[in-house]
Amino acid sequence: MEIRIPEISLVVLIGVSGSGKSSFAKKLFKKTEVISSDYCRALISDDETNQKVTTDAFELLYFIAGKRLKDAKLTVIDATNVQKESRKGLINLARTYHCIPVAIVLDIPEKICEDRNKNRADRNISNHIIRKQSRDLKRSIKDLNKEGFRKVYVLKSEEEINSVNEIILEKLYNNKKDETGPFDIIGDIHGCYTELEELLIKLGYKINTVSPNETNYGFELISPENRKVIFVGDLVDRGPDSPKVLKLVMSMVNSGIAYCVQGNHDFKLQKYLSGKKVQLKNGLDITAQQLESETNEFKKNVEQFLYNLISHYVFDNGKLVVAHAGIKEEMQGRGSGAVRTFCLYGETTGETDEFGLPVRYNWAKEYRGNAKVVYGHTPVTSAEWINNTIDIDTGCVFGGKLTALRYPEEELISVNAKKVYYEPLKKIENPDTEHKITNQQEYDDLLEIEDVTGKRIIQTRLKNNITIKEENSIAALEVMSRFAINPKWLIYLPPTMSPCKTSSLDEYLEHPQEAIDYYKERGVKEIVCEEKHMGSRAIFIICKDEKTVKERFGILNEGIGVCYTRTGRKFFNDDKLEIEFINRINSCLTNSNFWQKFNSDWVCIDAEIMPWSAKAQELLKSQYASVGSAGKSSLSEVIIQLKKASERNILDINNYLEHYQNKFNSINKFINAYQNYCWSVLSINDYRVAPFHILATEGKIHTDKNHIWHMENISDICNYDTDLLQMTNYQSVPLDDQSKIDKVIDWWISMTNNGGEGMVVKPFDFISSGKNGLIQPAVKCRGREYLRIIYGPEYDSPENMKRLKSRNTSRKQSLALKEFALSIEALERFIRKEPLRRIHESVFGILALESEEIDPRL
Amino acid sequence: MILSISTSHKPTSDLGYIFHKHPDKFQSFNFSAGKYHIFYPELNNDKATICLLLDIDPIEIVKILRNNTPDGFPLGDYVNDRPYVASSFMSVAIAKGFSSAIKGKCKEKPELVNTKLPFEVFITSLPSPKGGEILIRKLFEPLGYQLEIERQTLDLKFPEWGMSKYYNVKLKNTLTTKELLSHLYLLIPVLDFDKHYFISDDEIEKLIDKGTTWLNIHPEKEQIIRRYLINLNSLTSKALERISDNEILNNETEKISIKDVTEQKKETLHIKRINTVVDKLIESGAKTILDLGCGEGKLIKQLLKHKQFNKITGMDVSYNELLKAKERLNYNDLPPKQKERINLIHGSLTYRDKRLEGYDAAALIEVIEHLELSRLKSMERVLFEFAKPKLIIITTPNKEYNSIWEKLDSIDMRHKDHRFEWTRSEFLNWSINISKTYNYNSEIFPIGEEIENIGAPTQMAIFKYGN
Repeated sequence: MEIRIPEISLVVLIGVSGSGKSSFAKKLFKKTEVISSDYCRALISDDETNQKVTTDAFELLYFIAGKRLKDAKLTVIDATNVQKESRKGLINLARTYHCIPVAIVLDIPEKICEDRNKNRADRNISNHIIRKQSRDLKRSIKDLNKEGFRKVYVLKSEEEINSVNEIILEKLYNNKKDETGPFDIIGDIHGCYTELEELLIKLGYKINTVSPNETNYGFELISPENRKVIFVGDLVDRGPDSPKVLKLVMSMVNSGIAYCVQGNHDFKLQKYLSGKKVQLKNGLDITAQQLESETNEFKKNVEQFLYNLISHYVFDNGKLVVAHAGIKEEMQGRGSGAVRTFCLYGETTGETDEFGLPVRYNWAKEYRGNAKVVYGHTPVTSAEWINNTIDIDTGCVFGGKLTALRYPEEELISVNAKKVYYEPLKKIENPDTEHKITNQQEYDDLLEIEDVTGKRIIQTRLKNNITIKEENSIAALEVMSRFAINPKWLIYLPPTMSPCKTSSLDEYLEHPQEAIDYYKERGVKEIVCEEKHMGSRAIFIICKDEKTVKERFGILNEGIGVCYTRTGRKFFNDDKLEIEFINRINSCLTNSNFWQKFNSDWVCIDAEIMPWSAKAQELLKSQYASVGSAGKSSLSEVIIQLKKASERNILDINNYLEHYQNKFNSINKFINAYQNYCWSVLSINDYRVAPFHILATEGKIHTDKNHIWHMENISDICNYDTDLLQMTNYQSVPLDDQSKIDKVIDWWISMTNNGGEGMVVKPFDFISSGKNGLIQPAVKCRGREYLRIIYGPEYDSPENMKRLKSRNTSRKQSLALKEFALSIEALERFIRKEPLRRIHESVFGILALESEEIDPRL
Repeated sequence: MILSISTSHKPTSDLGYIFHKHPDKFQSFNFSAGKYHIFYPELNNDKATICLLLDIDPIEIVKILRNNTPDGFPLGDYVNDRPYVASSFMSVAIAKGFSSAIKGKCKEKPELVNTKLPFEVFITSLPSPKGGEILIRKLFEPLGYQLEIERQTLDLKFPEWGMSKYYNVKLKNTLTTKELLSHLYLLIPVLDFDKHYFISDDEIEKLIDKGTTWLNIHPEKEQIIRRYLINLNSLTSKALERISDNEILNNETEKISIKDVTEQKKETLHIKRINTVVDKLIESGAKTILDLGCGEGKLIKQLLKHKQFNKITGMDVSYNELLKAKERLNYNDLPPKQKERINLIHGSLTYRDKRLEGYDAAALIEVIEHLELSRLKSMERVLFEFAKPKLIIITTPNKEYNSIWEKLDSIDMRHKDHRFEWTRSEFLNWSINISKTYNYNSEIFPIGEEIENIGAPTQMAIFKYGN
């Protein structure tokens, strides 16, 4: 015998003690699929037969079953389940998780069960209990369907039980994951045949008239490039020619060129046609009238066709879901009455509005699923994505448009209604055109805490999953909430950068050779070495005008751009100064024809702003200058005293004098080192901005370009304001050319001897991978004098250097890669116009990772 | 880094006996932070000088400091002034290097111990944050010192950066060696106001040991103790109690911790604010309360006293503050019935949060001014549109009052982290707008003493949902 069950089911085994349920389950299901009440008793009390813990054992059974069903795992309940009450709970459990309850009854003679029980060493169930169970079972069998089991198998003998050798899992009707498209998904038609025909032609379909047969109604369609149509339902009612729409759609579905999900109007029409009592209103009256002239056979076919429509489909490996009124994530690909109702009517609050219409609850606002959900049902003026969902009912029958969404292109194509066929009861909501930001942007005005807190796993394109620890999100929440700018601006945060490995040369902590070797070892052919500026990191987002800010960023009244720090804070405390910077750079972009060249109205630029003292004033005063002042003062006095002692010819004194003189020299070098990066700033004219990446413009993220491209395109901009903008010196070095390598090392030495911070070494391509995956997008190589600011004035004395060289850069490198992947991910998501929470998740992740405890001197 | 002690006492060679160190040797010793050396740069018929010179290991010191900073150690702290300044490391070296002298012992010439000698001391780079030259004088002058003080410039190349917190100080006094060393031992770290080791009960022992004779009568006694123990209130009060043996002391830390007038006023005002809010909440009949921006839990503590409030949820964006609140409320050891009334959550007012829904009332005491104005809109929506409690109480400073009480210019804020402060009319307008948008009714009350045309230091708005 063959048993077929849906792939997502809750299988309830029913049978008296000794009927062989456990053996049956063991033979046909995976061990982990079966949850037995006896096993749960044992888990709690070490005794499978302990009746005292029955309540707790079943609570546990329900708990485990619930966890499995939530995750759509086939689950088998091994308990007697002979009483209606015990089954009721299980049916409800299946419904909660929208899984299909299946009953398998093992109905074998009492006698056999009694004998089996007698022979069991581990338990002793008296015959009267078995007889009672048996009576309960007999009473139950015929009503199992009525109780809610969607499939019932009754196995009436040992032979029959033994004959089952396999359980066949059937796909649910809604599972069309193998169908990958491309698709054209069409919104609510409501009998608007003319517009439907026009739209199909516009989409490239050819409609031929043929003579009707059993499957077609006079139509034959030829699709462009194997495309298929998906109708979101509500084919009928209100409009001028529902029968013809039905004929076309039925022809298409029958021929396999189209799918159709059921809409609430389709459902009602089916009820009407099947002879059930329904009220002829809301346009059904019109359809009923139109169908009067059709044959009974056609009407019967229509009834059958509508009856067979299912509530939703899952396509393209789960990436696309179509349902008439939408569908929540936890319902996708599942089956229950609740799923069906939701798909037909959407979510309502239970209240009705002043027109007597049900008040809708906007489930899409809370949607967090990965699958894109395309639906109709609620007419809107224009189709707009929100949280990965889109309503494409653009109210054709009310005089709006009939809209199709092309998938995977995500292109919207529509045709206008010829006229208003039906007056809407309620005006279709027309968003305030003055205040024109999209629904998504409006929704994004407020992010949700659930989307950022706790342990998080972020999927990135560059580096798979990145885990953010809870303690790190905790730290990030505080920083983000207290200091960060409007999250709508924060489409990127710069990743941290690791230094090269510690130098093998005695007198250097860092040296370019290690950076060069890093890339050489990973198969990089050419590197680009850029002068490292010592200032403060700054991200600029600059828009062409305020209109762009509104349309692209959904921000109102916050100027035409922003400049923020590596932790997402406003760079300038003075708003006026920020505006000056933004305006100056905006003019350069305009003058250099940037907007046309990049076909974009905005840009995101990575830059360094000098001098360091402008931003780090407090730190300089409280830390660096203080150390310098105290050190210089104390050491001068030490030397005076040691010199006096030296005149007294104290033994060994000159060694100590020299020792402290070295300290004195070091403190002076330290002071020189930080002074190099300081000058006073009174106005914008005293600043320098050195951009080094053009990160993104509309529709593009420029990580596919190499660093020479970035330098050259930046140079084009810088030329228009050389007072403010500073080009970065760089050298490109093929790694098989030793003379070029030597040259770049010499360049680094002379640059750092002259007070430069050092250089950044990057692989020629922005994103580079080696055998072991992604490699560092850049490593820094800092100069000897600069490092005094980081490691202290006396870091380079031999005994200190020796100890400092034990540093390890590997954790820093791994962190840098994670942050790099997240930073690119944030931009990618912004470019793809994903909801803000998705972009925010990535930048939040970077901030969280920054709270990792890693030696900050690296 | 270097401490020089000179004397004109004759014979000058006595200095060697006093400090128990050979005048013609350069002697080096190890201690936790590196080395210290003792030598005599001068020894002639008129004058003898002994120097205590520190050689702090900059790498070792970073380890020591980092271990004592559990809340993270920022980059800037890796490069620090400790090797160059007079700090508690100097005290450690004094106690070790001059161990017999500081105890008042001298083997060879015991009579020198009780002799008052003319001393001249030179200390370079003595930090005196939050006190400056005045504090240095206040500490040493009552002990009979004459002082010459020179303050260091931060950076000669950038005079606009101003002066540093370091002083080169010359001290003159005639006193016993033990007195001199015990003064330096305690007062250097008191001025430095920064300790390299954890503050524990041992510190009180040190205070008592080194300060027996003079500390109790020092006019700055309280400040010395407070700074020495770096503001740890409970330790401070314990120390004061022990030092002032016979005096009757009030146990309340409020009274003995030393605060300037403004600080005291601020504290009273804060208590007043909390009491007012508690009264309003009682009056409203609210049972479930949100304390948004609960900080250390001062309001929660008061609310707990009233049975009416059966669910009190405190939220703060700072996890550390929540930990403090937990400690202050003694959360872990509360009886279960009390515990179940309190709920502390980490969250932010700029993110929508379902956990905040369904409460009778919310209080935001001195919270909104810590949000950027541009982020205020998010807070409004989180609170008024989504959390939507029936009653919302918000307090915030009245900017007009700053001129009276704070010695502040009109542009200055009361607190470094305040992003804005509002006048009475600004707050009124805001609350009217909010009420209109989110269907609340609002009323404004002053908290604290009111002054004509200026108002009270704090303003409070009470919003009630619905018309």
